[in-house]
Amino acid sequence: MDLSTLTIAQARKDLDAKKYSALELSQAYLDAIAKKDQGIHAYLEVWADSAQKEAKHADELIKAGKSQALTGIPLAIKDNILIEGRTCSSASKMLEHYKASYDATVITKLKAEGAVFLGRTNMDEFAMGSSTENSAFGPTMNPHDTTRVPGGSSGGSAAAVAAGMALAALGSDTGGSIRQPSSHCGLVGLKPTYGAVSRYGLMPMGSSLDQIGPLARTVDDARILFEEIRGYDAQDSTSNPDGMYKAGKVRKVIGVPRAFLEKGVDPDVLALFNATIERLRKAGYQIEDVAMPNLPYALPVYYVVCPAEVSTNLARYDGVRYGLSVPAATVGESYEKIRAAGFGPETRRRIVLGTFVLSSGYADAYYRTARAVRDVIRADFTNAFKEVDCVAMPTAPGPAFKLGEKTSDPLAMYLEDIFSVTANLAGVPALSVPAGTVAREGKQLPVGFQLMGAHGGEDMLFAIAKDVERTGA
Amino acid sequence: MADKVDVVALAKLARLEVSGEELAKLEKEIPAILEFVAEIQKANAPKEAATPVLHNVMRADENPIEPGTHTESLVSAAPSREGDRISVKQVISRKHA
Repeated sequence: MDLSTLTIAQARKDLDAKKYSALELSQAYLDAIAKKDQGIHAYLEVWADSAQKEAKHADELIKAGKSQALTGIPLAIKDNILIEGRTCSSASKMLEHYKASYDATVITKLKAEGAVFLGRTNMDEFAMGSSTENSAFGPTMNPHDTTRVPGGSSGGSAAAVAAGMALAALGSDTGGSIRQPSSHCGLVGLKPTYGAVSRYGLMPMGSSLDQIGPLARTVDDARILFEEIRGYDAQDSTSNPDGMYKAGKVRKVIGVPRAFLEKGVDPDVLALFNATIERLRKAGYQIEDVAMPNLPYALPVYYVVCPAEVSTNLARYDGVRYGLSVPAATVGESYEKIRAAGFGPETRRRIVLGTFVLSSGYADAYYRTARAVRDVIRADFTNAFKEVDCVAMPTAPGPAFKLGEKTSDPLAMYLEDIFSVTANLAGVPALSVPAGTVAREGKQLPVGFQLMGAHGGEDMLFAIAKDVERTGA
Repeated sequence: MADKVDVVALAKLARLEVSGEELAKLEKEIPAILEFVAEIQKANAPKEAATPVLHNVMRADENPIEPGTHTESLVSAAPSREGDRISVKQVISRKHA
């Protein structure tokens, strides 16, 4: 088996045909991790022993003719998704030794399928960041060029799959954290419709924005993983009841918000985007300009709404029920010391920012205004989807950047999310699919093409992304 | 619009101990980010977000879980415990009344 090209779909056929066992497959990945991960740092912890046990169990299922889509498939899991009894740290000192008390719903589903968990992957602390450099345990390197970041915050998941150290991975996406690292590492990444995948057992960051989704090598693989984790969950009050969105009529019309793409995109990235659009036109799609006049407000709205939700969500880390504990004279003092020792700089920055935009006297000008502007951004999408089936834009403004390039300038880092946050604000599904490469310093770096659909429109995104994949080089 | 930002007061509200060095950084960064996000005030939007359509997501109050089912797995995660209770520092004291 060649791990650099193997897909879930192929591995399924091979496993069921007994070309190799699930144990051999998992061992191949564990060997690849042992060989390569020192130079990539995709994993915070590798679960070799339990992975072998899970693989043996999968082999029994296969032998008994009970194999399902993900039986024996070795996966990497982002470090903010709970697996009972295992450390789950969100790449934070706050939870360095925290052991999960229960399984996330997505994990329960994967366990029922007999999937294999290879390990937990590095990320920006509490999923805040676009480079994985905000991890408390050191950055992850991009397998395409180890002097560059893999993107973030699901950078470890992306690097693991791109380097052939996992067949596919789970990530979470609050403002682009699945799609942007997928773009930077040459993968397919999906942020599902808000509410499509249960978040029970996902550490919350921005609760009106967060979604769990797949990172995989191909559109088919992303789809397989998504199909297995999606669905209503009574444990998540924001979970969508099945059948909530009716599939619309597909007209094969793709909208491009041209005015929004005029500035801030690297010229060769924009050229690659335009070339991909041309490929789709030749494949039979109709391409239309769509006016979405409020998209330029998306990033500023996001950086009000997200920190506000972060500041409230992360109030739970007080050293009482779990996590880091620091002795102090009074309970108030202990909170302050725990949160100073446990949170990294970006997390603290967002907590302070969120506290400000929610504070009395400023909440009207910032938080409430942001919520109102979010409504008009959502309306831009609703209106666009009356004219077109999906909206296309680049995933990120450029390819993977250098380690350290943006760490001293928070606003420069935030601009990485300019195209991706729009989908989280509107709650619509969005997918990044590899569109080709651009050259930087003699290296070919992957660049993603992003598709956004109406609520519940994942199937259409997969179908169009397949055409991007099929017509690519 | 660049509002004056009292980072010390905000850190206090957020229960964060902030070093002098970090304070100096945040006093520069937070106003810069606020200036960027203040763009939203130029948008042509209503003053308030629309009230979302609400529906009940609470489950029916039935089939209670047996007491003790999850106690050990949850309490064992706490940094400090006494039996089946999480132990915390005294919260209310006479001195500060």
